[in-house]
Amino acid sequence: MSDIVTSTFTSAPVSLYRRGMNGLVTFAAAGAVVMVLAPLVAVFGYLIYKGIGSINFAFLTQIPKPPGESGGGMANAIAGSALILFLGSLAGVPIGIGAGIYLAEYGRNRFGNVIRFTADVLNGVPSIIVGIVAYGLVVLTQGHFSAVAGGVALAIMMIPTITRTTEEMLLLVPNAVREAAYGLGVSRWRTTLSITLRTATSGVITGVMLAFARVAGETAPLLFTAFGNTYWNWKIGQPTAALPLQIFTYAISPYDEWHKQAWAGALILIVLIVASVSAVRLVASRGMLKGAN
Amino acid sequence: MPGPQPVINKEVAVPAKSEGGLLVNAGDSQFADRVFSWAMLGCALCVLAIVGLIVYELATKSRLSWHTFGLKFFFQSDWDPVNEHFGALPFVFGTVVSSILALILAVPLAVGVAVFITEMCPRWLRGALAFTTELLAAIPSVIYGLWAIFVLVPLLREYVEPWLARYFGWTSEFTHKLGFQGPFEGAPYGIGMLAAAIILAIMVVPIVSSITREVMTAVPQQQREAVLALGATRWEMIRTGVLRNARAGIFGGVILGLGRALGETMAVTMVIGNSPQISASLFAPGYTLASVIANEFNEATGDTYLSALVEIGLALFIVTIIVNILAQFLVWTVTRGTPARANV
Repeated sequence: MSDIVTSTFTSAPVSLYRRGMNGLVTFAAAGAVVMVLAPLVAVFGYLIYKGIGSINFAFLTQIPKPPGESGGGMANAIAGSALILFLGSLAGVPIGIGAGIYLAEYGRNRFGNVIRFTADVLNGVPSIIVGIVAYGLVVLTQGHFSAVAGGVALAIMMIPTITRTTEEMLLLVPNAVREAAYGLGVSRWRTTLSITLRTATSGVITGVMLAFARVAGETAPLLFTAFGNTYWNWKIGQPTAALPLQIFTYAISPYDEWHKQAWAGALILIVLIVASVSAVRLVASRGMLKGAN
Repeated sequence: MPGPQPVINKEVAVPAKSEGGLLVNAGDSQFADRVFSWAMLGCALCVLAIVGLIVYELATKSRLSWHTFGLKFFFQSDWDPVNEHFGALPFVFGTVVSSILALILAVPLAVGVAVFITEMCPRWLRGALAFTTELLAAIPSVIYGLWAIFVLVPLLREYVEPWLARYFGWTSEFTHKLGFQGPFEGAPYGIGMLAAAIILAIMVVPIVSSITREVMTAVPQQQREAVLALGATRWEMIRTGVLRNARAGIFGGVILGLGRALGETMAVTMVIGNSPQISASLFAPGYTLASVIANEFNEATGDTYLSALVEIGLALFIVTIIVNILAQFLVWTVTRGTPARANV
């Protein structure tokens, strides 16, 4: 771009002040990038540096030891996170995709706009508030903390993201594809499910994975729903450990051994999240639609 | 193009195989269609129901506190669970100050990053940079908190806060005349308002910068070319051609960042010090609306205590909703002209 400017103005040179200002701003913008990337590098660097030494077989297979004893691991927290995420997806993914289908295929009207707006509002609700609501809805009625309550909280957080991406992806499918199916006598619901939704599959999966990555690290909504547990638990009606909760508890504890474990747990959590985000990126770069590229 | 043709044919050919069956069942399909559309409508209504439930839960569970304290709940500063006297002012103060401070730190950086990515950087670097800044948004709050406790806080305690106190400590002479502590006065604990603001700033940057990028991309290319053709340098082009057109949307991004900062819980809870006090010093510990819920909800004994915490949640909910709606409106004013990405 600067080439254009200088060559056009060989007859009337740009003043030193203006050129200086231009250079200064370019420098400042590049500086901003460096300053923003610095914490990213620092966070990842420290996670690897502090975390890798504490990840071992025991960490991945054992449950926490009492404070003061060395060893032990976060196996129950990893399993608990998987359980809570599974329960959350069980409710969140179908509802999210269904609402997305509604918005794309039936919701091109004022009511659709209301739903769309509500989904965006829900997306901005702080996660701690979702925790309060799940506490009121599930924990109070059940009488105790449980994996289900955590799952409900995570599902509420997943739904708006999945809804909006599903809608966006379905709208990418050309209308001609729908019309071709109708022309062959395929009913509308069949067209939506096996033609439109199938064409947009990779895009929809992208949205699901993004929602998944977003809630996988959530701690605040689990504080008073899943609550945490220092033992194995497979019952969905019982308090359950979760990786982010365990990291939080260990990080604010006064024990060095627990701090090390917090770093190790954080490293595992971030690897899982970055892996899913990168997978999404890879899928997205190949195109959101089947056979479209 | 003969290449993609067969692929599209294949997509459509799948149901065509069972064409006979579908045509025979044409009578049933009307019923099935209706059931399907109702099911999808049900899913969409779930979204409405969830927001309704949130409002209902927060409103009913905070009623007790509302009746006991009324509006003065938010203007009183004593938080005394033992005597069941609750005032949320320290939390409002902590939330507002930490968020505003975070925005002051984050906005110039975020806009700088957006300008660099969209207008300055070479094409091959663009994708990678955009992805990396978005990666910042993917890091969970609890990991930021962990990093802040063990890396940022010691850094602030040992170097940054003593440095600030030394070179900017003179500001307290003025504030003392007004009856306040200076902003850089007091013992440098590391943990406190400044640490919370910095970690919030790091978390808010990717949001503000991605919205800024979005609205900058929405500015028509002709605007840039026109300004350049008038002999502007690149910076003058960005300032008059791009930033001026996108300013409402950028402001929307900033407001969206504010919404995120107001509701952010874990990272702030881990570094702000969690002490319900109002201090003008940035080195002093504070407390926010979200972190008091996170810390005390499980231990809240007594109905009034719990109800007061839920009322704090309700206030936080209402404020973030208003902030988010405002932000969406502002972004929409810039991007409405461009064809929606999803339209064919």
